[in-house]
Amino acid sequence: MKNLIEIKGVRHAYKTRTGPLPVLDGLDISVPEGEFCAVVGPSGCGKSTLTRLVAGLMKPDEGEVWLDGKKVSSPRKTVGMAFQNPVLLEWRTILDNVILPLEIVAPSMPRRDRVVRAEELLEMVGLSGFEGKRPSELSGGMRQRASLCRAIVHKPSVLIMDEPFGALDNFTREDLWQTMRDLRAKEPFTAVLITHDLRESVFLGDQVVVLSGRPARTQYILDVDLPQDRTIDVLYAQKAADMLQTLRDQIKIAQGRDPEAA
Amino acid sequence: MEILRKIAVPVMAILAFLAVWEALVQINDWPNYVMASPSDLPAAYAQFWELFLVGSWQTLWRTVAGLGLAVVFGLLLGMVMGFSRIMRDALYPLLVGFNAIPKATLVPVLALLFIGQHDFNTVLMAFLISFFPIAVSVGIGLSTLEPEYRDILRSLGASRFTIFRKIALPKTLPEFFGALKVSVTLAFIGTNLVEIVSPHGRGLGALFLSAQTNSNYPLMFAVLIALAVLGIVLYYAVVALERIFAGWAERQAT
Ligand SMILES: Nc1ncnc2c1ncn2[C@@H]1O[C@H](COP(=O)(O)OP(=O)(O)OP(=O)(O)O)[C@@H](O)[C@H]1O
Ligand SMILES: [Mg+2]
Repeated sequence: MKNLIEIKGVRHAYKTRTGPLPVLDGLDISVPEGEFCAVVGPSGCGKSTLTRLVAGLMKPDEGEVWLDGKKVSSPRKTVGMAFQNPVLLEWRTILDNVILPLEIVAPSMPRRDRVVRAEELLEMVGLSGFEGKRPSELSGGMRQRASLCRAIVHKPSVLIMDEPFGALDNFTREDLWQTMRDLRAKEPFTAVLITHDLRESVFLGDQVVVLSGRPARTQYILDVDLPQDRTIDVLYAQKAADMLQTLRDQIKIAQGRDPEAA
Repeated sequence: MEILRKIAVPVMAILAFLAVWEALVQINDWPNYVMASPSDLPAAYAQFWELFLVGSWQTLWRTVAGLGLAVVFGLLLGMVMGFSRIMRDALYPLLVGFNAIPKATLVPVLALLFIGQHDFNTVLMAFLISFFPIAVSVGIGLSTLEPEYRDILRSLGASRFTIFRKIALPKTLPEFFGALKVSVTLAFIGTNLVEIVSPHGRGLGALFLSAQTNSNYPLMFAVLIALAVLGIVLYYAVVALERIFAGWAERQAT
């Protein structure tokens, strides 16, 4: 299978008042078409920076990001983004929030078709009946569902998510993992998922990339060889437990601690 | 019931205010030239109603024209300051300094600059006195927009203008209307200032001045009340616009 996302030798430093701050230092990630790449790493190591580079919002100092055979140098319409904060527009209804990207990407698409597409997605994530509500009338989990719909409404080839479930409670989070899994079965996209939850990375990822502490390198890549239609139960099986243990050890190394010591 | 209460409560408050006023004048036995009482006012309105109509209209349109200019200019200035850090650093001290000047001192300056252009001077003063809150609030609203709001559209390749139109502008509307409520009062003060100070002025301010010259004290108080009513009308017009365009923000305020 061809690699839809290709990150090669990416280095990046922010210019700050106290001089350059190296954040990424030799990043290599490849994600085959249709696969889910979960990225974990210590806090502040440069994960959000990575998403901004893949989205074309920033250019790396060195190295290259390729999407679908084209080098990324600026934002492109085939990308969808979701953040920890759902950033819904308070003055729009849920339906009109989901439609927003279509207004940019497909300006000539008739309103009727936009509505049909948005309603189809809202139905998939269990938000039927909330189309006319304002974001302030929804719970945090529901807002995040709407935000996911907005991220994929224009059928992006790449979905970039920066800790989308980070602010939710445990039950809601597991609910959304399953929603994500179901969406994935119906909508073709390749995804990068930043997370700080190792169980989430194993449940949703086809590979888990562990980044080292800042400046971040690709430290370890775990192949998650579990079927794509997993249930939460797999997390309690031995195979997943072993993978979680490996990841836990790798994070300790990334944080500069000895995995044997604790 | 709800509507009845909403109307009845302010009306009762106004009646109570008038009653206290009337009582104070009666008890202290103040003559008209110290303080007219509410019961003197109807006669003044009846006698001069034509002047009141014309004056109110002149005061009103010049205030609204000045405020309109302030909105356009304030928005532009706010956009410039909101989007460019350098412009913000450059313009802010100038604006603050300008805003600190007591506007009464500008009346003779304007009168000399544009001699005889009474309408123009009045509109200009209403504008000068009222654009500052709008510019500052729009500037702050735009510059504090969370980057993620920008990124949801920027990541799709949307232009800066599209981002402004679809996200930044509507998101700043509640702040804008907050400032507009301050500005409308300021513009009104600016208009009256010029009307009262300049000789051969027009509007309610000029009517006040002529009442003073003629020692018609009930008329003076009648003008003050008319000004208050006009001010209330203008203010609630802005509130109504806010309901229409930024009503979505109301819930979050609670
Ligand atoms: N615009 C910026 N200018 C300067 N420094 C920045 C900027 N954005 C991020 N940084 C710094 O770069 C480093 C990496 O930031 P980034 O947000 O990519 O980390 P992260 O891995 O997403 O962190 P977290 O896990 O807390 O979300 C941090 O030390 C941060 O302070
Ligand atoms: Mg981050």
